[in-house]
Amino acid sequence: MSILLDASSRVIVQGITGREGTFHTEQMMAMGTKVVGGTSPGKGGTTHLGVPVFNTVADAVKATGANASGIFVPPPFAADAIMEAAASGIFVPPPFAADAIMEAAASGIGLIVCITEGIPIQEMINVKDFLRGYPAARLIGANCPGLITPGVAKIGIIPQNITSAGHVGLVSRSGTLTYEVASALSASGMGQSTIVGIGGDPVLGLTFRDVIELFEQDPATTHLVVIGEIGGTDEEHAAELLGRGSRLKTVAFISGRTAPEGKRMGHAGAIISGNRGTAKSKEEAFRKAGVAVAETTDEIVGLLR
Amino acid sequence: MKLLEYQAKEVLASLGIAIPPGKVARTPDDAAAACAELGPVAVKAQVPVGGRGKAGGIKLARTPDEARAAAAQIIGMDIKGFKVPLVYCESALEIEREIYLGFTVDRDARANILMLSAKGGMEIEQVAEESPESIARLYPNPWRGPLDFELNQLVFEAGLGEFSRPLTSLIKKLYRAIPELDAVTAEINPLVVTKSGEVIAGDAKLEVDENSAWRHKDLEQRYGGVLEGDPYEVEAKKRGLTYVALDGEIGIIGNGAGLCMSTLDLVQRAGGKAANFCDIGGGAKAEVVQSALAVILMNPRVRGVLMNVFGGITRGDEVAKGLVAARDNLKMQLPLVVRLSGTREAEGRKILKENGIEPGANAWEAAQKIVELTRVRA
Repeated sequence: MSILLDASSRVIVQGITGREGTFHTEQMMAMGTKVVGGTSPGKGGTTHLGVPVFNTVADAVKATGANASGIFVPPPFAADAIMEAAASGIFVPPPFAADAIMEAAASGIGLIVCITEGIPIQEMINVKDFLRGYPAARLIGANCPGLITPGVAKIGIIPQNITSAGHVGLVSRSGTLTYEVASALSASGMGQSTIVGIGGDPVLGLTFRDVIELFEQDPATTHLVVIGEIGGTDEEHAAELLGRGSRLKTVAFISGRTAPEGKRMGHAGAIISGNRGTAKSKEEAFRKAGVAVAETTDEIVGLLR
Repeated sequence: MKLLEYQAKEVLASLGIAIPPGKVARTPDDAAAACAELGPVAVKAQVPVGGRGKAGGIKLARTPDEARAAAAQIIGMDIKGFKVPLVYCESALEIEREIYLGFTVDRDARANILMLSAKGGMEIEQVAEESPESIARLYPNPWRGPLDFELNQLVFEAGLGEFSRPLTSLIKKLYRAIPELDAVTAEINPLVVTKSGEVIAGDAKLEVDENSAWRHKDLEQRYGGVLEGDPYEVEAKKRGLTYVALDGEIGIIGNGAGLCMSTLDLVQRAGGKAANFCDIGGGAKAEVVQSALAVILMNPRVRGVLMNVFGGITRGDEVAKGLVAARDNLKMQLPLVVRLSGTREAEGRKILKENGIEPGANAWEAAQKIVELTRVRA
């Protein structure tokens, strides 16, 4: 079992013919993800990587029954694609990414994964408002590595060779830090049910809370690792949820303990404003909720056992 | 991009918001001339941080000589790490009352929040803590912006009904900064109602989203070079690197923002201090590694470099070869510790070792090693 993504997910890739889209679609297919098609405006009717290419997400959904999408498009185009798909992996460059998100949602896609980094905040605020009209559509990202259910399927760019199937749910704002932890878990025999990278932007689709609620309902998930970072208060909200009672054995880790105030640490969302969004406040929130806090990533596996 | 006060006011003026008469002065003589033209002025340091008044960055001048003396003191001053590049000389207002008006991104709500309060002139964070009920709030629909009746409600809720007309019109103008400029924060505090009943922006803060910089190249051109940035940050930006200057002595390179941040944390835990944050992204391509290393080595405070690369699909032996070449090309003499993982990581470590670069078995060990090596040399 898993959350969000399983063997029955029918995935399309928005931006499938681009360089990134092509490379990662091949990786997704190589691990058995059911990629049923892709979109690339103007290339409808052609075939790419052995699957049909459509001009629009609506066409792709009608022809293939897709319910998930990955967006690999450039930023100013990506917000719109999320609104058109339902389970769509979006690999579109940023100028088009916001549009790609909306296209996905409006076309009935249920799971929309947007990898694109650099979508303007105001475009994402528009997207979030648009998505209220499509309550069945769940957005992951943007600016995220996507998600993977080890051994079954993935949408995005998480390398499958560092993952293994098992019972640990992993949710994170970071990319490589997620890989690092997944790799350590796999090396010590603790497989993962699903790994979800929610992204490093200030305005995101699914939050820690949303993903943790899904893990709570997944009988195959018994343990949970939450990898947060400075900025915002999503970690605090997740801690509050876990503090109300959870069946999952959980370890949290926060990066950015030594980050200075007011400096953006790589991710657009990783910034301490005044005294808000500090690692200390997040760690305290988790401790207060009875969740073990790892001081380094090396401690995570030990604390989780 | 955070604009300076005079820049933010120029932008507000372009949106149709009234600002006091003022002039930018780059030299004491400019300030004297501004005062001769405008009469008594406040000579204000232009830095992108609050608290400049307390730091001695705002002085009143009644005569050109006073303005000259004030500017001579303020220009070049250091305020919270920023060297004051110029002053803004502005006419004083006849204040009847002070209001707070601003918007920002409410990350929890994933929306813009407009805030209006009759308690102007104080830090809004302080007002929010002491009397949250005195701040009226509105979350406008992002597609259509605030409607007239919503703004009217906001104004009355803030207890400012007597200024309903001018305020409603002014808030609409300020809100245009969102769709037109991709602003993520704008604040007019205080918004001054003068004795003659005009509503004027007493101060202004404006921050524009860096993700939208490509849409607003004019802003960057007009205002980008005014502040003297950290020289290494400037150089890194030219090279397309994600780099943040810090005040320690150990240079850091990591791939991925989260990994890089956690590397800084490990260095501090091991007793050292990072000189920078530098995220080279996935893949760790040889030319990017060399470019990052070159910028880090320009900083004379750097006594050693720690590189933390998690490979995943990336091949460890290729990263190692690229790194050795980069070190040799740059003739780097300082200690270099590398934590490398990924496919073929054992081969990668062997290459590093053969070439005199310390491989760390894991990130924590690598952090301890670089701290130890830089301490010995100190």
